Amino acid sequence: MKTFYWLVKREFWEHRGGFLWAPVITGGVFLLLNLMGIIGGEVIGAQHGFHFLFNDRIHILDHALTAEEAAKAGAFMDVMMYSTSFIISVVLGFVVFFYCLGALYDDRRDRSLLFWKSLPLSDTATVLAKVVAGTLLAPFIAVICGVLTGIAMLLLFTVALSFHGIGAWHLLVYAHPFQVIVNLIGSIPLYAMWALPATGWLLLCSAWARSKPFLWAAVLPVVVGVMLGWFNLMGTHSVGGGWYWKDVVCRILLSVFPGSWLGASSYQSVSSGAEHALDVLDLGSAYSVMAAPSFWIGAIAGLALLAAAIWLRRWRDDT
Amino acid sequence: MNAVISARGLGKRYKNAAALDNVSFEIQPGRIVGLIGPNGAGKTTALKAILGLTDFQGELDVLGLDPRKQRGKLMEQVCFIADVAVLPRWIRVSEAVDFVAHTHPRFDRKKCEAFLARTKLTPNLRVKQMSKGMIVQLHLALVMAIDARLLVLDEPTLGLDILYRKQFYQSLLEDYFDENKTIIVTTHQVEEVEHILTDLMFIRDGKIVLDADMDAVGERFAEVMVGAERAAEVRALKPLDERQVFGKSIFLFDGVARAQLEALGEVRRPSVSDLFVATMKGTYA
Repeated sequence: MKTFYWLVKREFWEHRGGFLWAPVITGGVFLLLNLMGIIGGEVIGAQHGFHFLFNDRIHILDHALTAEEAAKAGAFMDVMMYSTSFIISVVLGFVVFFYCLGALYDDRRDRSLLFWKSLPLSDTATVLAKVVAGTLLAPFIAVICGVLTGIAMLLLFTVALSFHGIGAWHLLVYAHPFQVIVNLIGSIPLYAMWALPATGWLLLCSAWARSKPFLWAAVLPVVVGVMLGWFNLMGTHSVGGGWYWKDVVCRILLSVFPGSWLGASSYQSVSSGAEHALDVLDLGSAYSVMAAPSFWIGAIAGLALLAAAIWLRRWRDDT
Repeated sequence: MNAVISARGLGKRYKNAAALDNVSFEIQPGRIVGLIGPNGAGKTTALKAILGLTDFQGELDVLGLDPRKQRGKLMEQVCFIADVAVLPRWIRVSEAVDFVAHTHPRFDRKKCEAFLARTKLTPNLRVKQMSKGMIVQLHLALVMAIDARLLVLDEPTLGLDILYRKQFYQSLLEDYFDENKTIIVTTHQVEEVEHILTDLMFIRDGKIVLDADMDAVGERFAEVMVGAERAAEVRALKPLDERQVFGKSIFLFDGVARAQLEALGEVRRPSVSDLFVATMKGTYA
């Protein structure tokens, strides 16, 4: 267990840039853009004598809010916090994708594999530590960064409002930062399981390729898909092409993007009214994706791919 | 004591060439074995088999374990330095020490830090900022702090300057090696290891062509230097090799009685590199 902890820590050391700095910088840039937007709005507004962002209608905030208005304000602020996490999670998707693709390849290419293999570390623990680092540790850091960015953004707008004499500080209590954090962190295990087919496939390519793992990982499934489409066109075989793209290619390549399960068909049942839009992010409804057999088939396939990656890791050397 | 390594009928084929061809040998504890051979002779394949990094045919027993099946356990007792500069480029000195300290049960952190204190390495230095010589110093400090029974070195000083090379072998001898440890080393810089070796193995085209301890090598092989006028007489004794130096001929003999050679001219012990060249004649032809 101690060894496993250090294996994960090693991944963090090596990929501090992707795991920590990428979300931090994304959040920072996002805040900076918002700040520039506010200042720009203020300056242009002052020049033309009207207020872009904060017109008089906001003065409705002065009176005591009804319960409905409070709920709306709270939801609005929650959406703001989710949206920063969303942007960071897109970045995270790219980070995890390329992390997995390089995880078992880069050290073979630069031959540092020979150093790691000189230590009494099992290949199973090595590969699983990479899975944990990519799909539990990295999302965790991203969520923290996302929520902190979201809170910073709320504060930014509140401060901007207060320059106009609008006290919005009391509104902040209607936001649900803890619920947002619980929802986001709570969905990380779901993410790790949902991403299994992709982490398995990418790590397998990473362990297998003697060069250019990206080509193998991305081009191979696409070529197979095009071949299937071609057969369908010829009318000789009818193998469901759409099924292949959606349930195979997307799952083994794009499942590393957090929230990609939201597109899954099981959510069609969730009512789509605007006031319930956020419900889909609640843990209960998020985890309902597990009701679909395809979720479990994907996870099992992912584990099989991981087992193959571990076996390859054992026998592939630096040549 | 039991042999540290015993190999019987070791074989490994790559696409069309045999890297190891039915090789058998034993290595006893407390020895420093030089595994010497030309490029592509199968040295690295043999070491990889010993370290469980590659599959092979035949039987191989390393410290009582099968490297194919019990690799994790084996690596607690075995260390290796494969080539210079295999340390990951992103790692810092402090991270490398921390990581090995927490994952290797036989690592002595104090010992490692004492070795590092003798170098110019600082905890925050990254491998990518180091010279080749410094990387080897770090790797050696890590390895020497591990109480392993077998140390495998594959070209550990390739590309280093002479100061680092001398220091490398000196540290190994003075601070690491003892009668409970065994070292296997492959290198092309034969002159630098020849005085520290206790055993010599020559490998050529996947076969062991010489396997002897250094005393036996001294008894078996001899060089005799004679003037041109007696060269024909010496050639009749079927020398292994012949070369000319300053108008005289030097002949290398395998298993010819010393008294017989002393009657012909000045006899001396051949260097390992001369022996190597003579044995490997025609390898690349």
